[in-house]
Amino acid sequence: MNNAQMEILILAILTSLTCTLCGTFLVLRKMAMMSDAISHSILAGIAVAYLYTKNIHSPLLIIGATITGLLTVALVEVLKNTNLVSEDSAIGLIFTALFSIGIIIISKYAHNVHLDTDAVLLGEIAFAPFRRLNIGNIDFGPKAFYIIGSILILNILFISLFYKELKISTFDPALAFALGITPGIVHYGLMGVVSITAIGAFDTVGSILVVALMTVPPLTAYLLTNKLKHMILVSGILGILTGVIGYHVASLLDVSISGSMASVAGLIFAIAFIVKVIGVKPLNF
Amino acid sequence: MYNKALEVNSLTVAYHDNPVLWDINVSVPEGVLMGIVGPNGAGKSTFIKSVLGLIKPVAGSTKIYGKPYKEIRKKVAYVPQRGSVDWDFPTTVLDVVTMGLYGDLGWIKRPGKKEKETALYALDKLGMEQYKNRQISMLSGGQQQRTFLARALVQKADLYLMDEPFQGVDAFTEKIIVNLLKELKREGKTIVAVHHDLETVSEYFDWVMMLNTRCIAFGPCEDIFVGENIKKTYCNQPVYSLVTKNNFKNSYVSEERV
Repeated sequence: MNNAQMEILILAILTSLTCTLCGTFLVLRKMAMMSDAISHSILAGIAVAYLYTKNIHSPLLIIGATITGLLTVALVEVLKNTNLVSEDSAIGLIFTALFSIGIIIISKYAHNVHLDTDAVLLGEIAFAPFRRLNIGNIDFGPKAFYIIGSILILNILFISLFYKELKISTFDPALAFALGITPGIVHYGLMGVVSITAIGAFDTVGSILVVALMTVPPLTAYLLTNKLKHMILVSGILGILTGVIGYHVASLLDVSISGSMASVAGLIFAIAFIVKVIGVKPLNF
Repeated sequence: MYNKALEVNSLTVAYHDNPVLWDINVSVPEGVLMGIVGPNGAGKSTFIKSVLGLIKPVAGSTKIYGKPYKEIRKKVAYVPQRGSVDWDFPTTVLDVVTMGLYGDLGWIKRPGKKEKETALYALDKLGMEQYKNRQISMLSGGQQQRTFLARALVQKADLYLMDEPFQGVDAFTEKIIVNLLKELKREGKTIVAVHHDLETVSEYFDWVMMLNTRCIAFGPCEDIFVGENIKKTYCNQPVYSLVTKNNFKNSYVSEERV
């Protein structure tokens, strides 16, 4: 394994681990499809920010994407609260609208740069080692390491600091409200973290497979565990496994890395599902 | 000293154009054990949720011990309907009970040894200590309800608001809950609970609020809980059929769907 391959492998692991962390709470809040919505609609934010800066690596793109992510969540809620549209229809309406705006902007103004539609949909983890962080003459490794690494730290900090608040507002939002732990703040905090995570993962695995990494390992862990801490731990481990196995399968068969990772995640879920149906007791630590 | 635990003034709540609660005026004295009865869709749960600020009323105000809810949050414990949460959530009985203390802990701070002991004490009181490490979906309906009550108990509140604490519980649990309510009353606490079984109202509660969008009657059971008021509360429904258990089961089904 050469250096570049090693870097891709590490990136695959970091990405899927990061996605499983915030994904756990999405799954428990029955919001798996919200990750799909956010990961698509942030494209509009990225595209608009690109139009403004004309620089694909500007930090403004991350800010634009986060705002669009939160906007998606807010718009879905507004639409749902009219009681005229159900939540899933509202999700379908909002994210396709924003996603299509993003696609139009990109195809019209950004067709010469890395922001092409294929890259958006499928990511390009294999090219990540080419974009390096150089300070002076020293090579500090791929830029993606630092981006996804910071997002991983953000996820860990968010979940460990607000663990109690996330737990109670997910399990019993009415009680959380009555106790003075405003579930709305926790909700938008989580959605902000999900949006930022989606951008990081977007660059490596693309907007479609972010959903697989955010929901499949946590769902597998949900089948296998009885405690929230264990669920987070197991889904993190499964995320790492998904990255490792996914990368090796891809290089063995010479296929898309992101596709392979998502398939591996699905396969692990299928195994866990069969084990559960056969009736093996949940893990007790 | 303030001797009104709960005061509600001209409370009106509506979903879109439909009034759910209309001009409710009640004041519950400290230390009473009050049941709220009324047909499905009468606004019983809505009443409790409005007091807690979970639902925004169109008009009216509520005061708890003379203060708005936000200022006196720590004196109030809430027991939601059992069906309002996902019992498949990956958590244990002890963990759920500890959640009752999250408000005291404030943001970020985690529960420790002291919180665990408080939770275990409450579980013991409800005969649930042996199930403390059980995942909550592995409990019977009665055990789930007792878990919720233990969670309210750790809050050491003065006013308890309970939404259908007797719904779908076994006879053993019902007895434990009744004893607990009476014990809380002896300690001078005030309890307001939504109740469905008209047969047991006078036995379990000393005050009653009879609700059907409007407050039909309100006061001590012996004065208020009489045939005429019951008829008025349940309007067009024949009273005799309401007291049969079978009818209650059916009525639960329709209410849960709402």
